[in-house]
Amino acid sequence: MTTMTSAALESQPAIAVRDLTVAYNDRPVIWDLDLDVPAGVLMAIVGPNGAGKTTLIKAMLDLVRPAAGQVEILGQPYRKSRDRVGYVPQRGSVDWDFPTNVLDVVQMGRYGALGWIRRPGNRERELALEALDKVSMGEFADRQISQLSGGQQQRVFLARALVQNADVYLMDEPFQGVDATTERAIITLLKELRSEGKTVVCVHHDLQTVPDYFDWVALLNIRKIASGPVSEVYNETNLRLTYGGRVAFLSRDAAAPATAQAAVEED
Amino acid sequence: MFDLSTAQMEIQLVAIVVAVACALVGVFLVLRQMAMMSDAITHSILPGIVVAFFIVQDLSSPFLIIGAAATGVLTVSLVELLERTRLVREDAAIGIVFPALFSIGVILIARFARGIHLDLDVVLLGEIAFVPFNRTEIFGIDLGPTALVMMSVILLINLIFILLFYKELKLATFDTGLAAALGFSPALIHYGLMSLVSVTAVGAFDAVGAILVVALIVGPPAIAYLLTDQLRLMLVYSAGIGVVVAVLGYWMARMLDASIAGSMASMVGIIFVVAYLLAPQRGLVASYLRRRRQRWEFAGIMLAIHLFNHEGLPSAEQENRVEHLQDHLNWNPDFADRAVRWAERNRIIVRRNSHLFLTEEGREQAREAIVR
Ligand SMILES: Nc1ncnc2c1ncn2[C@@H]1O[C@H](COP(=O)(O)OP(=O)(O)OP(=O)(O)O)[C@@H](O)[C@H]1O
Ligand SMILES: [Mg+2]
Repeated sequence: MTTMTSAALESQPAIAVRDLTVAYNDRPVIWDLDLDVPAGVLMAIVGPNGAGKTTLIKAMLDLVRPAAGQVEILGQPYRKSRDRVGYVPQRGSVDWDFPTNVLDVVQMGRYGALGWIRRPGNRERELALEALDKVSMGEFADRQISQLSGGQQQRVFLARALVQNADVYLMDEPFQGVDATTERAIITLLKELRSEGKTVVCVHHDLQTVPDYFDWVALLNIRKIASGPVSEVYNETNLRLTYGGRVAFLSRDAAAPATAQAAVEED
Repeated sequence: MFDLSTAQMEIQLVAIVVAVACALVGVFLVLRQMAMMSDAITHSILPGIVVAFFIVQDLSSPFLIIGAAATGVLTVSLVELLERTRLVREDAAIGIVFPALFSIGVILIARFARGIHLDLDVVLLGEIAFVPFNRTEIFGIDLGPTALVMMSVILLINLIFILLFYKELKLATFDTGLAAALGFSPALIHYGLMSLVSVTAVGAFDAVGAILVVALIVGPPAIAYLLTDQLRLMLVYSAGIGVVVAVLGYWMARMLDASIAGSMASMVGIIFVVAYLLAPQRGLVASYLRRRRQRWEFAGIMLAIHLFNHEGLPSAEQENRVEHLQDHLNWNPDFADRAVRWAERNRIIVRRNSHLFLTEEGREQAREAIVR
C-alpha cells in the first residue's frame, strides 16, 4: 500500500481543489478549501452532518457554483473532463416511484457518451447487464425500480456509475442503508476499481471502517481539517477537531488503524 | 345519432388534438410533480394574450400565442425566483404569482378591451362549439378550422420534441443531478418543456378554456400513471386517454345538452375514478383481491411452519390436531377451519383422522419460508 501511495503522490493529482468557498444564501458551507486527491487512491470524505461533504462533491461536479476558487479534475476543469468522471448521488436524491426499470436506470450512465438525441442501443444494453452482474443484480434487470430495497437501489446506482467507465468516481454515501454483505460486496468492487488505477472518492459515515476500506482520507467540517494517507492523518486529534468532543468511542480503532487493517485481511 | 355533420366531426377532431397535445406534455409535468404549475401557466397567460392583442390588434394572430407563451415562461421563472429565496415554498410561490398575473389580465380586459371577444366566460370555458366558424384559408383553399390547424401544428411540435429528446427528458426528470453532471443542461430541458406547456396551453385555451386545459394536462397522465409503470407506455396511454376523454366528453355533452368543455372535464374525473378502482396493479379492487389471497397464503405458510417445527418430535401428536391450532396460532375455529381447507386444497397438508401432516410440497415451503 505504501509504495502505491508514494507513486500516486508523484503524478498529477486526480482532483485538485483550490481555495474553494461555497455559500448558499451568504452563509459559507465550505470555507477556503484546498485538497489534492492523488490518482489511484480510494479516498473517504468524513465529517459530521452538514459539514459540506455533499456540497463538496457537487462543487467538483459543477452542480453548485462556488463563491470562490476552482476545481480541476485530471488537470482540467470539470467541463472538459466530464466524460472521465462517474457520479453516484445520494440515494434519496431521486424519486424511486419514477416509471422505469433497473436496466433503464443503469443505461442512463451511458447517456453522457451518447450525447444529445442519440438513443441507447444493444451495446448500452449489454454494458448495463454486465455492470448489473458485477453488483450481483443481474436477475433484477427487468424489475421496476419502485420495488427495490434500499441496498438494491444503492447497487443500481453503483452499476450506473460503472457503465460510465470513468477514471474518477465521486460517490455520495454509497454504503448508506446497506447490509453487511452488500457493504462488503461494494467495497470489494471499489478496491477493484482502484487496482485498475481509477480514483474513487466516497463520502463515508462509518468512522470505524475507514481504516479497513480506504487508503486516503479527508476530514471536513466546513473547513478542511486534514487530508492524506489514512495511516498518517486518521487519528484521534484530527477526529476530535472534525467532530468536536464526540468521538471518544473511536479512540481504540483510530489510534491503531494498522491493527484493524491486519484483522480484516486475515478473514 | 351517428350521422355526423362536418361541423360535428371538426369539433371532435379539435377536441382530440387538444387533448392529445395536452396529455403528452402533461406526463412530464406530473412526473416532475409540477401539476400545479400548469394551473399557474394557464391562468397567467391571460395578460400575455391581452398585451399581445393590444400590439397586433388581431385576435387570430400567431403573435398572440407567442406573447402568451412568453408570459407562461415568465410565470415559471417568477415562481422559481420566489422559491429560490427560500422564503416561500413552491406551492405558495405559485399561489402568489398566478393570481397576480391573472388579475392583471382581468383588469386589462375590463379597462381597455371591453366589447371585444376577449370576455371572461370564454377565457374560463372556451367555446369549442364555435370552432368550425373560424377557418383558415391559404390561397383560397380551406384548410379547416383555425383551431384545428393551430393545435395540429402544436401537437406536431410536442411530438417531435418528445421523440427527439425522450432520453434527455427522462434523465432530467428522474435525476436532475446526473443530467447536469453528464452535461445535459437540466435548465434548458426544463424551460424547453415549460415553453411547450405554455404554447400548448395557449393554443388549447382558445378552444376549451382555462379549466379544461388544466384537466387535460393533469388528468390523462395521472390516470396513465395508475395503469403502467413504464414511461413509454405512460405517454401512449396518456394520449389514448386524451382521445377517449375528447370523444366521450363530446357525446356526453350532446346527450345532456351541456357544455362540451365541461363534459370533457367531467369525463376526466369519471375515467380517473374508474381507473382508480379497476387499474390492474394499483387499483383498489386489485389490491383488495391481492390482500385477500395473501391472507390465505400467509395462513397456509404459518400452518406449514407450525407443523414443520413439531414434525418428528413427541409433541407432534398433540400439536398437529385441528382443535389445537386455536390455542397455538391464536386462530378462531372458523378461521382455522378455512385455513386448513385452503392448505389442503393447495396440497400443503393432508388430513388423516383429524391429524394434520405436511406434504412434501408443504415441507419445502415451510423450509423456504424459514430460511428466507
Ligand atoms: N440547496 C441548499 N440551499 C441552502 N443550504 C443548503 C443547501 N444544501 C445544503 N445546504 C446547507 O449546507 C450545509 C452543508 O450541506 P451538505 O449537504 O453539503 O452536508 P453534508 O456534509 O453532505 O451532510 P450529511 O452528512 O447530512 O449528508 C448544511 O448546513 C445545509 O443545511
Ligand atoms: Mg450529504
